[in-house]
Amino acid sequence: MDRFIEILQTLARNGTRTALTALSVAWGIFMLVVLLAAGTGLENALLYQFRDDAVNSIWIWPGQTSRPWRGYRVGRRLQLTNADHDAIAALPGVEQITSRFRVRSDSTITYKDRVGDFDIRSCHPAHQYLEKTQITSGRFLNEDDLAQRRKVVVLGAEVVRHLFRSQDPLGEWVDIGGVAYRVIGTFFDDGGLGELSKVYVPITTAQTAYGGGDRVNAILFTIGDMTVAQSQELATEVRRTLASRHNFDPADLRAVRVRNNLERVQSVTGTMKVIRAFLWLVGLGTIAAGVVGVGNIMLVSVAERTGEIGLRKALGATPARVVFEVLQEAVLLTSVSGYAGLVSGVVAVEILEWSLPANDYMQNPEVDLGVAFTAVGVLVVAGLAAGIIPAWRAAHIDAAHAIREGA
Amino acid sequence: MRSMAEPVLQLRALSKAYQVGGRPLPVLKSLDLDVHQGEFTSIMGSSGSGKSTLLNVLGLLDRYDSGTYHLGGVLAKDLSERRAAQLRNRMLGFVFQAFHLIPYKNAWENVALPLTYQRVHRKERYRRAMAVLERVELADRADHLPGELSGGQKQRVAIARALVSEPTLILADEPTGALDSATSHLIIDLLEEVADEGRTVVVVTHEPDIAERTRRIVRLHDGVIADDRLIPRRERSTPPVDATEAAR
Ligand SMILES: Nc1ncnc2c1ncn2[C@@H]1O[C@H](COP(=O)(O)OP(=O)(O)OP(=O)(O)O)[C@@H](O)[C@H]1O
Ligand SMILES: [Mg+2]
Repeated sequence: MDRFIEILQTLARNGTRTALTALSVAWGIFMLVVLLAAGTGLENALLYQFRDDAVNSIWIWPGQTSRPWRGYRVGRRLQLTNADHDAIAALPGVEQITSRFRVRSDSTITYKDRVGDFDIRSCHPAHQYLEKTQITSGRFLNEDDLAQRRKVVVLGAEVVRHLFRSQDPLGEWVDIGGVAYRVIGTFFDDGGLGELSKVYVPITTAQTAYGGGDRVNAILFTIGDMTVAQSQELATEVRRTLASRHNFDPADLRAVRVRNNLERVQSVTGTMKVIRAFLWLVGLGTIAAGVVGVGNIMLVSVAERTGEIGLRKALGATPARVVFEVLQEAVLLTSVSGYAGLVSGVVAVEILEWSLPANDYMQNPEVDLGVAFTAVGVLVVAGLAAGIIPAWRAAHIDAAHAIREGA
Repeated sequence: MRSMAEPVLQLRALSKAYQVGGRPLPVLKSLDLDVHQGEFTSIMGSSGSGKSTLLNVLGLLDRYDSGTYHLGGVLAKDLSERRAAQLRNRMLGFVFQAFHLIPYKNAWENVALPLTYQRVHRKERYRRAMAVLERVELADRADHLPGELSGGQKQRVAIARALVSEPTLILADEPTGALDSATSHLIIDLLEEVADEGRTVVVVTHEPDIAERTRRIVRLHDGVIADDRLIPRRERSTPPVDATEAAR
């Protein structure tokens, strides 16, 4: 406390210069915090598309052949079936697997006198893991539902709100394209209104009721904790399996479309690493300028106080003590102003977050406080470094000479 | 007066030269000097005779080349900066011509400064600083900054600072050089009292009437002790009363 007052007294002697230096240090930390937060915001925006799906998943849609293969013509449309589902399910590494069969989009859902136009997804029970569906009441589809082709349905929150208002939908019957389904569950999904407006029915039921035969429109599966390389290998394996089943060139990337989410996330993360490194570089550069400023003001302060430091040495300050005092000053100056920069940076980011209109490039800019405090720590160390030269000078002041020259 | 006890300060064949343009310039030439406890000594000599240099050596602020210097029985030779600082802190009190008070610290904080280097706590520092300020009759100015004090008051604060750590030896370089004559005598009165209390005081001065107020005059000439004489104790030569009052 004592030392603290003393340091403040000495810093106050160079009021304006101290303030300017403190400002440049604070500015450095401020910049770093805001830049890193912007980086996080950008990353959040880029990762937003993955928010409601299992990241460790591979999605497959049929396409159109783009290469001739063993006498088959180009431009052939492929149709996936239950057999393809089973073939892929048998591949090692495939965890939770579901297919989707699209029910004709003109199907409306009716409950008593209320009618709604919602997207009907027919799928396997594992779909819950792929879409990260959160059951809010009742249950999701199960194997028995599929085996017995039960006419059961799970409703999204938006569907419930529209058809049932505040009424409990469980056990009620709704009509989908002329077929009556019993409501067995309701769900929530982080995917927004679109996902909340879905209804899920057993794929077997849908294929039978709406003339689907054994056709499916997409196959989705999770891959456990595979590395990206392993997932790419598996994706290739899937392509090869389908190629031999449907007679197309395994190198024909258009024949089936394969979306490897793990790979996509990794490419976003990789891009973010580069951006983040760049932001750190800029931020640290700004801080470095502040630190040099601290070093300079300490030099000036030592030079101006030559007489005083000489006197202190005459009165018994050891060289170590003189060094210590100068370093304390440097550290106090950097840490206090660094902290101020940190706080104002956090506030600025908060304001930015509040005032930011929805957009694709910035979402929830956030300050990683761990990172911010690390930065302040780095700054304090740098402050120490900045104080070393002035401290060394101070320690080598010749007391007799300094006193003779006057303070 | 001069006891047979060990001298507070003992020089034997002490010499020092400055290097000027690559050549040694001898400034102190084989000095022998004993100063005993309670002595009130002045060092005189013409400008450039080596008074300040000697005082710096005595104050452990400067090294010497050969000979010996014993301070309070301790041989002070080739000390590390750290050791010298510690000895200065415990055994020496300094009074300077230009006062050298820290301008942004008030009187008692200035007085207490040597104690901060002994790790004395603030409360205790305050207590001891106030006690010596009382001693120099400036307790009522304890909270004043140096800029708010007269020259004489500043020097009394400086003397209080020199006394606060109860040093063995007090060294004063032209302590009255910046003061008018009435105030000067007041300062000398104070130093005399300090010596009477048993402390050893060495004053460098070029003013004969100041030197005459001490008990012993050592005269330097060209780095050699040319004369060393005792002044018989006499009635205190008091300056005119009104001047004393005016200075306070
Ligand atoms: N740092 C130094 N380097 C070189 N020469 C010095 C140094 N300090 C003092 N001298 C020389 O040493 C001699 C004695 O100097 P000193 O300051 O001791 O004299 P002084 O008796 O105190 O004089 P004054 O009454 O003018 O203060 C002078 O010739 C001076 O030029
Ligand atoms: Mg001198």
